[in-house]
Amino acid sequence: MSEPVRGVVVAHGDLAAGLVSVVAAITGDHDTLVGVSNRECGGDGLLDRLRTAVGDGRAVLFVDLPGGSCFTAGARFRHERGDTPVVGGVSLPMLVDFVMHPELAVDVRIEHAVNAGRRAMKVMGT
Amino acid sequence: MSVVLTRVDDRLIHGQVVVGWGQALVPDRIVLADDAVAEEQWEHDIYRAAVPPGIETAFVSVEEAARRFAEWDRAPERTLVLVGSIEACLRLCAAAPGVRAINLGGIHQADDRRQRLPYLFLSESELAQLEGLEERGVTIVAQDLPTSPAVALDELA
Repeated sequence: MSEPVRGVVVAHGDLAAGLVSVVAAITGDHDTLVGVSNRECGGDGLLDRLRTAVGDGRAVLFVDLPGGSCFTAGARFRHERGDTPVVGGVSLPMLVDFVMHPELAVDVRIEHAVNAGRRAMKVMGT
Repeated sequence: MSVVLTRVDDRLIHGQVVVGWGQALVPDRIVLADDAVAEEQWEHDIYRAAVPPGIETAFVSVEEAARRFAEWDRAPERTLVLVGSIEACLRLCAAAPGVRAINLGGIHQADDRRQRLPYLFLSESELAQLEGLEERGVTIVAQDLPTSPAVALDELA
């Protein structure tokens, strides 16, 4: 069994809370994910929120928009705490997969979740 | 084409700047003027990753930004200048008389600040300092995005 790893969802506005809530509703898991919003805080403030959300444990940061303030804060956190991967372009299928596979090693689990997110993108009719 | 925007934003380079203002102003160059960031190559890499290809990104101290402001303002390239705090903005304006307009973008919560707009928190001291700057001829407008209403400084009191 791999050590418990928290998924910290970092996103604009209410997106993180919404994603975390829906993942819990789908999977029944209320413990793996925590949401962090960038609402009403600058770059340093968001970094503080990440420190609080991650605490002393291991975590993977899932951020919404590569190049946005959440991604930048995640990258700064990773610089500070080198053991924290940052995944951009978070989606609901990606998070559901992450939550459903705690048995995987962190690197494999991330790849599995990212692939689930990619596979979930479908276009019907153009 | 000169400096097209001088903005105070404590998130520095982020989505609103690159997508919102970037699409409206089509800058050739983004200058991030921040003493701490200027010293750290790893931070340059993070912020540069947020900027679309084709836009030059420069990382300078506030002092260097003030020294080079006139050069950028005379150049044919369109330059967007960012600082991360009111304090840095005041230093820039004090040392660069060519700064004639300031855009207040995201300035967020701190202990002594009060919310003026959804994206703008200012202390009474910061507001007074900005009023002093405006009295010296610098136009100061709060506007997070080009599509948002521009709010004059005297409406923020």
